[in-house]
Amino acid sequence: MSMTNSLQNQDKNTLFSDDVKQQIDQWVAKYPDEWKQSAVMAALMIVQESGNGSLTTEQMDRVAAYLDMPPIAVYEVASFYSMYELKPVGKHKICVCTNVSCMINGSDRIVSHLNEKLGIDFGEITDDGRYSLKEVECLGACGGAPMMQIADKYYENLTPELIDSILEGLD
Amino acid sequence: MTDDSLVTIEVDGQPLQARPGSMLIEATDAAGISVPRFCYHKKLSVAANCRMCLVEVEKAPKPLPACATPVNEGMKVFTKSPLALAAQKGTMEFLLINHPLDCPICDQGGECELQDVAVAYGGDVSRYSEGKRVVKDKDIGPLVATELTRCIHCTRCVRFGAEVAGVRELGATGRGEHMQIGTFIERSVDSELSANIIDLCPVGALTSKPFRYQARAWELQEQASIATHDCVGSNTYAHIRRNELMRVVPRDNESLNESWISDRDRFSYLGLNGEDRLTVPMLKKQGRWEEVSWQEALQAVATALQSSAEQSGALVSASSTLEEMFLLQKLLRGLGSSHIDYRLQQIDFRADSVMPVFPWLGVSVEALEKQQSVLLIGSNIRKDQPILGHRLRKAALAGAQVTFINAAHYEHTFDATHIVTHAARMVAELAAVAAAAGARSSGVAAELIAAARPADAHQQIADSLKQQDESLLLLGMQAMHHPDFAVLLELTRALSEATGSKTGFLPLGANGFGGTLAGAVPMHGVAGTSIETPGKNAAELPLADLKTVILMGVEPQYDLPAGESMLQALASVPTLIALSAWRNEHLEAMADILLPVSVAAETAGSYLNAAAECQSAQGLLAPPGEARPGWKVLRVLGNLLDQEGFEYNSAADVLSEWQAAVADLPADNRIKANTLDALNLQSDDEQAVVRLAELPIYSVDALVRRAGPLQQTRDADQKQLRMNTDLARHYDVQAGDLLRITQNNVQAEFSVCIDDTTTDHCVRLSAAIPGTEQIGGMTGWISLQKVDA
Ligand code: SF4
Ligand code: FES
Ligand code: FES
Repeated sequence: MSMTNSLQNQDKNTLFSDDVKQQIDQWVAKYPDEWKQSAVMAALMIVQESGNGSLTTEQMDRVAAYLDMPPIAVYEVASFYSMYELKPVGKHKICVCTNVSCMINGSDRIVSHLNEKLGIDFGEITDDGRYSLKEVECLGACGGAPMMQIADKYYENLTPELIDSILEGLD
Repeated sequence: MTDDSLVTIEVDGQPLQARPGSMLIEATDAAGISVPRFCYHKKLSVAANCRMCLVEVEKAPKPLPACATPVNEGMKVFTKSPLALAAQKGTMEFLLINHPLDCPICDQGGECELQDVAVAYGGDVSRYSEGKRVVKDKDIGPLVATELTRCIHCTRCVRFGAEVAGVRELGATGRGEHMQIGTFIERSVDSELSANIIDLCPVGALTSKPFRYQARAWELQEQASIATHDCVGSNTYAHIRRNELMRVVPRDNESLNESWISDRDRFSYLGLNGEDRLTVPMLKKQGRWEEVSWQEALQAVATALQSSAEQSGALVSASSTLEEMFLLQKLLRGLGSSHIDYRLQQIDFRADSVMPVFPWLGVSVEALEKQQSVLLIGSNIRKDQPILGHRLRKAALAGAQVTFINAAHYEHTFDATHIVTHAARMVAELAAVAAAAGARSSGVAAELIAAARPADAHQQIADSLKQQDESLLLLGMQAMHHPDFAVLLELTRALSEATGSKTGFLPLGANGFGGTLAGAVPMHGVAGTSIETPGKNAAELPLADLKTVILMGVEPQYDLPAGESMLQALASVPTLIALSAWRNEHLEAMADILLPVSVAAETAGSYLNAAAECQSAQGLLAPPGEARPGWKVLRVLGNLLDQEGFEYNSAADVLSEWQAAVADLPADNRIKANTLDALNLQSDDEQAVVRLAELPIYSVDALVRRAGPLQQTRDADQKQLRMNTDLARHYDVQAGDLLRITQNNVQAEFSVCIDDTTTDHCVRLSAAIPGTEQIGGMTGWISLQKVDA
């Protein structure tokens, strides 16, 4: 398979920092040699976390080169799953569920409160770079709808007041 | 008739037999039972993502996709039951939700699978009144237009890239409603087979950019034709409207091109109707060109040939038809001359006496994909013969060991071993493989073998060629145009003898094989008949002081690699006659008579392909103005010269005469041993720089050179002097700087492109590109000089 990527000819050891490379290698080791692309999801996550919380095309190209994949195959994965960010995100990425259960329980109100309070829409980032807003599908916490996720924490049964206090509590 | 290896199923009450493990849709297709589909394509993997092919299967709780349901003994299938129909209609309704339904302004209208299926399965009124999605179009190059709002996400185009073209450029990014087909980042789709996605796309999301808004499907007449730009002779359909060739599409032929054609074969027609078409016969009178009648022009040609008799000669393009080649050599031989050649780009003719009379690929095109070990010498098969490149890729994917010995690194779409070396060392590398195989030769080839120190790589290739039953050595265009072709050929012969491998050739032109058998060569007549006095070959002929020379389909400034010396020699030929479809300044400066002739689809004619099959095509278009098919012009000349046996009524008459002469001579690549005393490309100077002159994919013949959109592709963008960083440093130049190159005492200036895949002491400067008219297109020693700004 021909893959047009100038990074493809680069020494694999120079594509990532030692730390990142080591973490990716742990995942690569879990799969048979000829299936090392299976580590693409983990690799993308590791690269995203090691930086500003989002992925650039160049970073995806590096993952492609490292795992011997065509770059487009990496773009497909990264653009498919909602946990990868392809645009810069704020220090706190607020993911609000608007799927059925949350919608029925008033996610609209939650969203508009956040819009007003932060002055941004979904997919946007505040001028100070502190917050970004993201619309997500069901996160499996329907029992606590409406809900949102910030970092790896779920916040449930949201009200505008609750949101204010949650945001105040963030560092 | 029942066959035990097959299973029996029942579809709509009709018993069918099918291969176990095959999918239902294959069985229904074979039986002519129509099942609607979008994502399924017989040449691609099964994706089963469109759900249009849902059918009812007895005992299955819900409808199943026919394209992804394997047949089973005793299976009962209903393709038109209420359940099946409801499922199909449901799918159709969902597909149309986001489809723009802009058929009136869509090029696909009238030949759209979605339109056809919607007529059969769609509702007449949409129940969907919400907003539809729109997708921004992408620019993926000069050949394929995108209108991605129409895309139904069948992923045929994506699978084609991954599975057939071997370049994963297109993908489906995003998810659900946000899914989009594209390259994600701004870039063009550059495969030499890329435009096949136009035919694959079931809707109007991917259409032909040059054909856009030019015609409606129902205005076009479809005629079978043959592609004329490589030795495969891909089968095509020409779509014609009122004597204009509007587009070319593939015609399925499992034994040759399957369902594909190369972009070159698809878009070369765009070169047909340029401003520079020659449409009337012209005579140069006192240095001025005058339009004349055919009668006057032909009389002038006949008079010249009559008086020059055995002092006449001809150079004929390898893309000419067999009939043209056959008649031209017959005409000359009737005059007592054997000065004729079609191997215009060849520069080493020392192998003329050992070359096979009826050369071919060595295996059928289908069998190429069954080879287990293939060594290619001097070939960029992917760009030179795209369809064969695809077959070879299949062999490699099935585990064949494929090795290239080349003077440049070519990107390939499969795993292969690449021995990339200096052009002058190709012989040594091949000799090393031959030595590892224990091959025996004589002369300089034997010396090379004796001097070789085979490395592991060479040994491994030799072993694999020996061990595998199906092994093949292929000599490509760059080997055939190499200054030491004869040595490469002798080494190939010796290697094939030592390994038991078959040999084959990959020549330039639609009749790269046919020319020899048609007798358009100086060393023998039709089908190898011996002749008393051999003629001059392509390199000697212009310099041989002939009185009259005919150029047939030749653009001398590009088709003859020697450049200035050749152009001057031709200019001093007393009567130079060009049978050409185009005029150009070089022809006008040197020729005395210009005869307008047909090209490609404008003439009936035959082509002998790589598989040693002769394929004939009809003349589908009337040539412009007074231009006439070449064979007719030559027939009249034969009559005017009172030669015997020129009473043909059709191209088919000419062909049968040739066929009778060939009789049952089999294709046979046996090469005779050849003792050569020296290398042509050799230097004692370690620092000597060689020019590697490759013939780029879109420069191979006059028609392709005129096809604008092909010239805008990345593959055509090879107009610079490429060298590696070391050499650039040596000459103190950077990318974009000008270098003066001197070859055969001729100079030319080109800008530099740094390309580190270029070998040491080598520059790559393509043949047959603008700027090389004087310096020519030969591989050979050069000197370089920096041009101060
Ligand atoms: S562009 Fe055409 S071929 Fe490609 S996925 Fe869309 S509909 Fe299918
Ligand atoms: S719908 Fe919001 S968590 Fe399930
Ligand atoms: S053709 Fe069967 S699912 Fe698309």
